[in-house]
Amino acid sequence: MAEIQIRNVAKTFGTYQALHSIDLTIADQEFMVLLGASGCGKTTLLRIIAGLETPSVGEVWIGGRRVDHLPPRERGIAMVFQNYAVFPHLTVFENVAFGLRMAKLDDRLVRERVERTAGLMHIEALLQRYSGQLSGGQRQRVAVARALAMEPDVILMDEPLSNLDALLRLEMRAELKGVLEASNTTTIYVTHDQVEAMSLADRISVMHQGRIVQAAEPVEVYRNPAAHFVGSFIGNPPMNFITARNQGDGKWQVAGQQFTGPSVASETLEFAIRPEDLSLAETGLQANVRVVEPLGAHILVTCDVEGSLFRAVIDSNSRVKAGDVLHIAPEPDRIRWFDPETTLAVA
Amino acid sequence: MDNRTLPYLLLLPATLFLCVFFLYPFALVAWQAFTNEAGFTLEHFRTMADHWKFPIAFWNTMLLALAVVPVQVVLSITMAMMVTRMQRGRDIMLYIWTIPLGISDLAAGIIWLAIFEQTGFLNSMLYGLGVIEQPTNFLSYQNTWVIFIAIALAEIWRATAIMLVILVAGLGLIPKEYDEAAEVFGASRWQRLWKVTLPLLRPSLQTALILRVILAFEVFAVVAALGGTSLPVLMGETYNYQFELQDGHVAAALALVILAISIAFTLFFLRVLRVPKGAQI
Repeated sequence: MAEIQIRNVAKTFGTYQALHSIDLTIADQEFMVLLGASGCGKTTLLRIIAGLETPSVGEVWIGGRRVDHLPPRERGIAMVFQNYAVFPHLTVFENVAFGLRMAKLDDRLVRERVERTAGLMHIEALLQRYSGQLSGGQRQRVAVARALAMEPDVILMDEPLSNLDALLRLEMRAELKGVLEASNTTTIYVTHDQVEAMSLADRISVMHQGRIVQAAEPVEVYRNPAAHFVGSFIGNPPMNFITARNQGDGKWQVAGQQFTGPSVASETLEFAIRPEDLSLAETGLQANVRVVEPLGAHILVTCDVEGSLFRAVIDSNSRVKAGDVLHIAPEPDRIRWFDPETTLAVA
Repeated sequence: MDNRTLPYLLLLPATLFLCVFFLYPFALVAWQAFTNEAGFTLEHFRTMADHWKFPIAFWNTMLLALAVVPVQVVLSITMAMMVTRMQRGRDIMLYIWTIPLGISDLAAGIIWLAIFEQTGFLNSMLYGLGVIEQPTNFLSYQNTWVIFIAIALAEIWRATAIMLVILVAGLGLIPKEYDEAAEVFGASRWQRLWKVTLPLLRPSLQTALILRVILAFEVFAVVAALGGTSLPVLMGETYNYQFELQDGHVAAALALVILAISIAFTLFFLRVLRVPKGAQI
């Protein structure tokens, strides 16, 4: 059992505030992804949980034990590093065995565990090699095997797939998911890749400028972004935004069209809609087509709606070309609203 | 210009320089060591080995290296790790620690002579503190072990920095993720040093040791300043044969012995601190 609690954790480097009072609870055996652009503080948070960095304030609890004053090795964690950190002077076997040797397990048990995890990660054939004789993908497998061999309560992963080529990344992603689900560990996984986050996570914590903007299930994060940032960061292409003017009684005017929205007093709100929730229609937002990109299954249309950039993903049978004037209709129940002041979602 | 001949052409000046000023004198020395008027002979080596001072000089040189080098290894590793961990002022610290490198070894010997001689700093200090009743001559031929310690101290003071510089560069090449990984996987500070940092430092350690050991076998000026003739070493004997006894043949033989020892130790360190193929950083 290893629930992780982060209580009011903040971190400053000199005058730079990397993390602003983070509160986050990660359930036992949950797969939590920390997602954000580089510099958002996600790696710093991971390193604080690992014990490689000390929080300026706040507490870290793992499995009901306060650990923020403990060295990494007393926290019951294992970690996979971005550059793998597979020791070059040791064979693959000794790399996977490293933690077990440090824990002074007896030789037979070490051998058993190394062979079992090596089997799990398909590196049995590489056990006598050195890291310099391995490909990037193989090194990655060794790094994961080294973590799994510890049978830890918690596995921390810092952008583990970011150094692999696209095809290998896809393959490893699926494999990681399977292996980690079977291992019953709590996983915290740092990435800047939203697709990776979506496909792996039980829950995603979207981070921005040292804060957690939203922590929720992937579908929820995608469907109901808690803030403008989440909508614009997640989804490729991202959400479309345009200003809506208040007409009273929950009616909002967007580019000459009227929509039903929240009943709030503010003068304007941001109207937001995902590109795939737009479709061609007789009436709807008037859009001047700028660029048309056929993507195979769909067509990505970039257009101009009353001065705002809109992207729509439409059916590949549509014959749209640059310069056309279209009417695009948003799916009514997929429309989201954001407060332009706070950038937060308005229901 | 043909691209294939260009590299060789560019290497030519340096190669020529080495041939003229190294290989040629080396051949001359070897020639001198192995010949007399009659042709090839081992007579000079016999003369050298039969002299009563030779075994003493040989063992003094070896013992000095044995006393100095291990201390320097430990010191330079410790200092290098301290410097590497410094957040600020690292360069200044490094400059200060490497100052002795800028001093010639004879000057270093004289500095330490000024400390140890009868009218030196150590005597005046001990006398001033009342520890001794009158200034004594520490560096007399009657207690050569004091001379030995003084020389070892001077050598450690003078030449640790050369290892330090190499090791600092070497440590800088090791990504800090390895240390962090070892920490996460349960290694204590001490285990991290022995199981991760030192093995990864092997190539630099090898270079530093080879360089230092070769220099240790050539120890001369510091010994001359502090010990005079009380503590003979191989290089000092070579000098004696060449300039005092005017016997260039035996001097050449001694020089070859020093070279042989240096080569033997170089090969030893190359072998012992070898990094297996594929195990480099």
